Amino acid sequence: MGKILGLTGDEVAAEVIRQINPDVMAAYPITPQTEIVQGVSQFVADGLMSTEMVRVESEHSAMSACVGASAAGARAMTATSANGLALMWEIVYIAASLRLPIVMPVVNRALSGPINIHCDHSDSMGARDSGWIQLYSENCQEIYDNIIQAVRIAESKEVLLPVMVTFDGFIISHAMERVEILDDEEVKNFVGKYKNPYPLLDISNPVTYGPLDLYDYYFEHKRQQVEAMERTPEVIQKVGEKFAKISGRSYDLIEGYKLEDTDLVVVAAGSTAGTIKEVVDELREEGVKAGLLKIRCFRPFPVREIKEALKKAKAVAVLDRSASFGAEGGPLFLEIRSSLFEEAKKIPVVNYIYGLGGRDISIKQIRSVYQNLQRIAQTKEVGKLVDYLGVRE
Amino acid sequence: MPSLKSLSQKKELLSGGHRLCPGCGASIIVRQILLAAENPVVGCGATGCLEVATTIYPFTAWKIPWIHNAFENAASTLSGVEAAYCALKRKGEIKEEIKFIAFAGDGGTYDIGIQALSGAMERGHNLLYICYDNEAYMNTGIQRSSATPRGANTTTSPVGKATPIGKERERKDLVEIMVAHNSPYVAQASPAYYNDLMKKVQKALSIKGPTFINIISPCPRGWRYEPSQSIQIAKLAVTSGFWPLYEVENGKYKITYRPRKRVPLIEWFKSQGRFKHLLEEENKKIVEEMQRRVDEKEKILLARAGEKP
Repeated sequence: MGKILGLTGDEVAAEVIRQINPDVMAAYPITPQTEIVQGVSQFVADGLMSTEMVRVESEHSAMSACVGASAAGARAMTATSANGLALMWEIVYIAASLRLPIVMPVVNRALSGPINIHCDHSDSMGARDSGWIQLYSENCQEIYDNIIQAVRIAESKEVLLPVMVTFDGFIISHAMERVEILDDEEVKNFVGKYKNPYPLLDISNPVTYGPLDLYDYYFEHKRQQVEAMERTPEVIQKVGEKFAKISGRSYDLIEGYKLEDTDLVVVAAGSTAGTIKEVVDELREEGVKAGLLKIRCFRPFPVREIKEALKKAKAVAVLDRSASFGAEGGPLFLEIRSSLFEEAKKIPVVNYIYGLGGRDISIKQIRSVYQNLQRIAQTKEVGKLVDYLGVRE
Repeated sequence: MPSLKSLSQKKELLSGGHRLCPGCGASIIVRQILLAAENPVVGCGATGCLEVATTIYPFTAWKIPWIHNAFENAASTLSGVEAAYCALKRKGEIKEEIKFIAFAGDGGTYDIGIQALSGAMERGHNLLYICYDNEAYMNTGIQRSSATPRGANTTTSPVGKATPIGKERERKDLVEIMVAHNSPYVAQASPAYYNDLMKKVQKALSIKGPTFINIISPCPRGWRYEPSQSIQIAKLAVTSGFWPLYEVENGKYKITYRPRKRVPLIEWFKSQGRFKHLLEEENKKIVEEMQRRVDEKEKILLARAGEKP
């Protein structure tokens, strides 16, 4: 039997890394991820993990060491936030292109400048084209569940891609919640053993990793990377089903909350999804057919599932916790809107940018979004396509 | 050290057919190192001439396991490989005794890679870091690095009316920086003295902890000389006092080869087109200054090694 604990998001991440007990963890502390590195360091110091902990001098070296370790044949993990992710950027791409199944919690934090330590999604959203799978977590329980599943997803032989498991800095990373923890043995069995098909440390079968790849092969390799991403949604779903069997909690690419008969849908990722659920419940009591579409898997982007989930909607609002400067709306909005473009029934979709740099989002603000959706559904007039919540204009 | 004859019978682990230039110091250095290694070796390369010329997909010249990640991170990439080795060995999944060697040029070592190198040396991984130092960014076409000597003409420290000597600053003393990391073994070598070089490699590989060898790597294209002259030039670097051969073991300095008679530094300048302008009358003072600098450095080194001048 597992146990129920009160843990912060970072503590949950450290705890689940202890249970996974990766061969190598190479990490550099950064707010608000710091407690993960501290937690794992303490577990290693106390002899509770056999992980080789590499206390690197930067995030660039953290990802570089993970690439080396994973290519060598080890299960490798790291964790970071914002500027740390930006510093390792170059190697983030290389990790994906070398098809190394590294798992990395990303504690979402606003990317400088100006420097800010609080939550938004500008860090991980910026890395959306890096070739990593991205799973967004709403709360502490989802951090736990997503990290365990991420190992299986990444290492699946149809996939062999690295995974970022994101969660909101401070809002979740430093908030204590009730979390159901599985037995160590159960987690160990679920993640199984990592088997790199071409380990660098196999000295009797020497391989070369990271060769110079020019115009005669590079394109095909990129195409293979695209194909691996295309095979990923099915794997995520299967791993989700298997995980439900041991945990009783099921996971899919997206999560619909009261979507079955919904007219008005708000789309969001991360902790705000939890706040929206409260608003949906309130509105339902008031007789408004409100619903939420929560994006768990942003990469690969589950177009088919999203189309299906939104087909009954009369109006949709997408909440983006990051800005895409110079684009017509935030990254989540652009993808949702593009997904619906080919549909015969034109569903109006609007965008709200919110919560940059940790700015709080209130129930009242979310209610105003639904009010706008009601107006759009009635008048068929979209009005302002991209708007902002909670900013002083 | 094994004899030349027995070395010639040993299997070469860097195959021919790679695309390094004729006379390139890097491949000669790599072959000497791999011949010296007695255990299986896993190599890691920084982006650079050696990397691009030996691993053009779908070919590889490496008969050892080899990984290239990026330009500035050979030290941290190999740290990860070595950490994986420790973890898997502890689990009993790997039985062999494997050695780890990073190969990087002076760009990937002195400049863009110095942070990763410093981190790896401080953490104490069991690896040998080799810098094949050709004293400029040769892969991108002879741009100055912090290893470029004063007075060298490069495409980004060109000789011009306003800068008549080319590069104006002295080169960085990386060996001393490595010594300051309390590395158990730091050395400087030249492929012209292969016995000395290979002995140093064997010593470095036998010592636990992070070790470092700086090896001068003549570059015909960048230094402007005939490819057939590479080894002669690697020798002249030593006999002129420009590139002393020494080692520092646990902080203790030892000069491993001392030329019987030092050749004047001007001979070193004469051997390469990159210094051509230094032979002009108006640069005579600079040459004298640089000769004095080499003499001073030799004195310091001799004092550290406890040898008489």
